Amino acid sequence: MGMTMVEKILAAHSGKDKVKPGELVNAKLDMVLGNDVTTPVAVKEFAKIGLDKVFDKERVAIVPDHFAPNKDINSAEQCKMIREFAHEKEIKNYFEIGDMGIEHCLLPEKGLALPGDIIIGADSHTCTYGALGALATGVGSTDMAAGMATGEAWFKVPETIKFVYNGELQKWVSGKDLILYTIGDIGVDGALYKSMEFTGEVIENFSMDNRFTMSNMAIEAGGKCGLIEPDQTTLEYVKDRAQREYTVYKSDEDADYSQVIEYDVSKIEPQVAFPHLPENTKGISEVGDIKIDQSVIGSCTNGRIEDLRVAAEVLKGKKRAPHVRLIIFPGTQEIYRQAMHEGLVDIFLDAGAAVSTPTCGPCLGGHMGILAKGERAIATTNRNFVGRMGHPESEVYLSNPAIAAASAVAGKIVSPEEV
Amino acid sequence: MDIKGKVWKYGSDVDTDVIIPARYLNTSVPKELAKHCMEDIDENFVDNVNDGDLIVAEDNFGCGSSREHAPLAIKAAGVSCVIANSFARIFYRNSINIGLPILECPEAVAGIETGDEVEVDVDSGVIKNLTKGQEYQAAAFPEFMQELIDAGGLVNYVKKKVGTA
Ligand code: SF4
Repeated sequence: MGMTMVEKILAAHSGKDKVKPGELVNAKLDMVLGNDVTTPVAVKEFAKIGLDKVFDKERVAIVPDHFAPNKDINSAEQCKMIREFAHEKEIKNYFEIGDMGIEHCLLPEKGLALPGDIIIGADSHTCTYGALGALATGVGSTDMAAGMATGEAWFKVPETIKFVYNGELQKWVSGKDLILYTIGDIGVDGALYKSMEFTGEVIENFSMDNRFTMSNMAIEAGGKCGLIEPDQTTLEYVKDRAQREYTVYKSDEDADYSQVIEYDVSKIEPQVAFPHLPENTKGISEVGDIKIDQSVIGSCTNGRIEDLRVAAEVLKGKKRAPHVRLIIFPGTQEIYRQAMHEGLVDIFLDAGAAVSTPTCGPCLGGHMGILAKGERAIATTNRNFVGRMGHPESEVYLSNPAIAAASAVAGKIVSPEEV
Repeated sequence: MDIKGKVWKYGSDVDTDVIIPARYLNTSVPKELAKHCMEDIDENFVDNVNDGDLIVAEDNFGCGSSREHAPLAIKAAGVSCVIANSFARIFYRNSINIGLPILECPEAVAGIETGDEVEVDVDSGVIKNLTKGQEYQAAAFPEFMQELIDAGGLVNYVKKKVGTA
């Protein structure tokens, strides 16, 4: 019996020839990540461990992105604490405001997340790097602290579900729609404790940006990680970025999957996830009349250059509805600059958008676009839980950037075909 | 470990955003976090929870973000144990790492209601519903996790490993 990608990566990092689902292994880590919300707790736990050095200064990344630029005094204190920790421990990959981006857009861009890696991040969307063929998974702050101390973490080898996407994509359908559709199909715990593997001709033809979007939301199905086999597109992406050696692992033909699920994408239209779970999905034609107060385009799910291009394509020459706040936040400084060079930022400003420096901001109800009681937003983010973007009685609808842009213009949730 | 208290029962997919909303994550002080624990789904919880009380929930408890602030807030609110049909992966890991007792036991979840008086022996996994006079058996932890729990959480475990204990 062969092995899946994830099994091969875990075996290689724990010095074994073979591992089986269910087995607990201790594995070496290629990168340990934290942000301004989770790192402060990790710093305290790290102090309790009593070591004065991290296991490897090059293999820890700290990104203040959630409440940064500092939203209030408490956030400033948290950022100060992690800045000082990074300085004291000589952590190379600490990214200050101005270099910073949303962590899961930033790490791949900087060549710090690579094929075949094992990466733990004290942030649940660390699974984003599965798009590069890495076993990347979210953990808590104590795991981050232990990872910084030892360069290792314990893992249960997950079972793998294989998803196969074939067929012709409809207009405006992107990676976001396929992952929303998948979550709608299997549910928010449909892949609990499991590894998801995204395959098929549609994935093979997808750009890296679409792939990142899909792997990003593996956690919204309960998954431990969401992997895509590295191919030419992956290697092109990492070629000039990689800061270390890396290894490409592919699943064996005879690997054992707990389930194989196939989708004919030609039947999938752009998706909208209704409050208050990402699994509450509907095709855009079934949405009905949902007025919105805010449209948010960005985040680690859809804040990359292609997402901004699509939004600009829809917004070009149009204006947001007068009662709608349109907030666009690019994922990184490089994406921001690229959007400027391509004239996308002008299109956004002409459309009446507020364009923000990279930050998590409204995505987690932090700052820069909080909803009042009873307000409704469409967002290209990944979660629509109760209170996620503000008041517990506000609502978040999830979609791709084209729908979010069109909805900003119409003032209600619509397809780009209708504006 | 001696656990006994009244039960607060919830449904499926209780996410970390309702356990502790992100708007309060500009601090990591457990007592501060505890002041807002569960407030977006149950505004009575914080004012009425007593030390030793238990949370019982259905599927996928603790889904969503990786914030360790969620189990920290629950623990600091005085909750002694969480019993559910299933836990989201990161919440499960975090709870074991910080020493918040959690048990998976669908029979207990089915049999227990809000307000029931429940006693738990975490080591053996035996859950007693004193109000209804029922007893349930939770699944045992894998050996390695039991080791972590016995060490008092991941930090103590790592200290032994790196020789700083
Ligand atoms: S953009 Fe949103 S989902 Fe992504 S890391 Fe930031 S808060 Fe989390």
